[in-house]
Amino acid sequence: MPPLAQRNLFHDKVRLAVTLTGIVFSVVLIVVQLGLFFGFTTATSNLIDHSNADLWMTSKNVPYVEQGVAFSERKLYQVRAVPGVADAQKIIAHWTGWKRHDGGQESVQIVGINVDDSLERPWNLVEGRVEDLKSPDSVILDELYKQKLGVTRVGEVFEIGGYRARVVGFTRGIRSFTTSPYVFTSFKNAQNFAALREDQTLFILVKVAPGADLQQVRQGLLDHVKDVEVFTTGEFSHMTTFYWMFTTGAGVAVLIAAVLGLVVGFVVVAQTIYATTMDHIREYGTLKAMGAPNSYVYKVIMKQAAISAVIGYGLGMIVSVFVVRGSQAGGAAILMPPSMAVAMFFVTLLMCVGAALVSINKVMRIDPAMVFKG
Amino acid sequence: MQAAIAVRQLTKTYDEGSTGTLALRGVDLDAHAGELLMLMGPSGSGKTTLLSIMGCILTATSGSVRVAGREVVGLREKELPALRLEHVGFVFQGFNLFPTLSAGENVELMLDLKGVAAAAAKRRAHELLDQVGLGGKYGSFPADLSGGQKQRVAIARALAGDPGIILADEPTAALDSHTGRNVMEMMSELAHKRGRAVVIVTHDSRVLSFADRIVKIEDGAIARTTEAELVPAGLLVHGMGASTVGLV
Ligand SMILES: Nc1ncnc2c1ncn2[C@@H]1O[C@H](COP(=O)(O)OP(=O)(O)O)[C@@H](O)[C@H]1O
Ligand SMILES: [Mg+2]
Repeated sequence: MPPLAQRNLFHDKVRLAVTLTGIVFSVVLIVVQLGLFFGFTTATSNLIDHSNADLWMTSKNVPYVEQGVAFSERKLYQVRAVPGVADAQKIIAHWTGWKRHDGGQESVQIVGINVDDSLERPWNLVEGRVEDLKSPDSVILDELYKQKLGVTRVGEVFEIGGYRARVVGFTRGIRSFTTSPYVFTSFKNAQNFAALREDQTLFILVKVAPGADLQQVRQGLLDHVKDVEVFTTGEFSHMTTFYWMFTTGAGVAVLIAAVLGLVVGFVVVAQTIYATTMDHIREYGTLKAMGAPNSYVYKVIMKQAAISAVIGYGLGMIVSVFVVRGSQAGGAAILMPPSMAVAMFFVTLLMCVGAALVSINKVMRIDPAMVFKG
Repeated sequence: MQAAIAVRQLTKTYDEGSTGTLALRGVDLDAHAGELLMLMGPSGSGKTTLLSIMGCILTATSGSVRVAGREVVGLREKELPALRLEHVGFVFQGFNLFPTLSAGENVELMLDLKGVAAAAAKRRAHELLDQVGLGGKYGSFPADLSGGQKQRVAIARALAGDPGIILADEPTAALDSHTGRNVMEMMSELAHKRGRAVVIVTHDSRVLSFADRIVKIEDGAIARTTEAELVPAGLLVHGMGASTVGLV
């Protein structure tokens, strides 16, 4: 086919610029919003997804990880006695207060772990070692929150829940979805920081023995331990994510913004392709008079939509990559997994082709007899 | 010999609101291969309507139109493009070239519609432009061509489909008399040397001398038919072209 589609598309530079701006805007908006959504969902269940546990035991009616209710740590011995349990550890995740040197109070989420065990521990350390948490009063937090918590370096001493806390290390990229950063410490310290009684825990993490059936072990735990619930790691992760993303409406808001991006892109592209079609309507009439079937004319218009989509997607991705990179240092990570980048291409293509359908309707109605009209 | 286009008892009513316009009322007309037929008549008399129906871009209200032996009245609209593509080439008053395509590409578009592969189409486009005297203009864009050159590109494009029928609505109206004659000579050659059925709607009395037959339309009906040998001198402005008619 002679290059009618691309020539007509590139002929009106201003309109092409408007089309591409619309697509780029749309692509970036969708990437940012979906990226925020992925960033949020990753952050909400960070702690759970990074555990090496198969099962999470909680008190009854605990809807998500931030809402743990204390129960007796003696249940740990009952848990360890259940067949199929290879390892079990108590952990604490609880909100408490952090006092900055300037006297300011910040809310943090204290995570108390058994430092000798691998079921839950801080990851991505850039300074210090997890083992440093064995020394008294020690804590590890993420470098993202240095400023918020008023921390500048390892060795500084603060107060958490009225107890002394010494920073022994930093992690990188462990975001919390809430405004309260995670502060890792030993289980014993966490009991103090979180003002729990000495015999209380919030969760028990369970590793199932190789070859044991997960559901059987879970049932065994429910049979042998009173007043608890047991979730698989995946379930608890989903519950937590679902709570933050949908019960609070935070996720819905970003998804709506993503849809809005799609709508805006669609409208802009539909408008400009329609205007381009109208500009060249006489040419399409001539094509039809020459004997071109409707499908031939559709192809010309669809090609314009597809070319616009490819260029707009390319430019949009360049902008998006910068936005995504820029967000890594900020409070909310925008994540763009490769699958999302690929999916965005098809979303863009569909958006443009869909928008072009508005013009197709017009082209279908062209009366070829118009070619003889002055 | 079978007519390239045979029109019988053709009527056409345009539906406009409650009152329809009766644009054609019972036209009988044959267009033959090798013949240059001219349609004349006052504005609004139905010439364009008739040409459009003969070219299968407009449907008739009643009657019969046979194009290359095939009845087209009553065909569904979807079936018409293929008929046009196979049998009819159009030449327009306003040339109707694609402004963003070069002269050669304009011709190639028609060849593409006919399913000719790109490389062959390019060769053929060069040949066709040669034939209309535009050998060096393959890469020129319509905006850079004169009116006459544009119309010749349009003729090359119409010929690209190798149609048996060439229909032209006022092809010389936008041209000066010299270029107009030039275009008419080309049309005449298509009819007389290459056996096409050529039908031309014209107001332009300067070109009447090229006609084999002149059909005068008035008020949607044929008022008079004049064979070339009998074209009265009064119709030929300045007596121009009488000799040409004799030569044919
Ligand atoms: N698309 C149309 N809709 C309604 N009426 C039309 C249309 N085209 C032409 N007509 C009417 O049909 C009659 C014949 O028009 P036309 O064939 O264009 O005449 P001509 O080409 O001889 O000037 C005129 O009265 C004109 O107003
Ligand atoms: Mg007319």
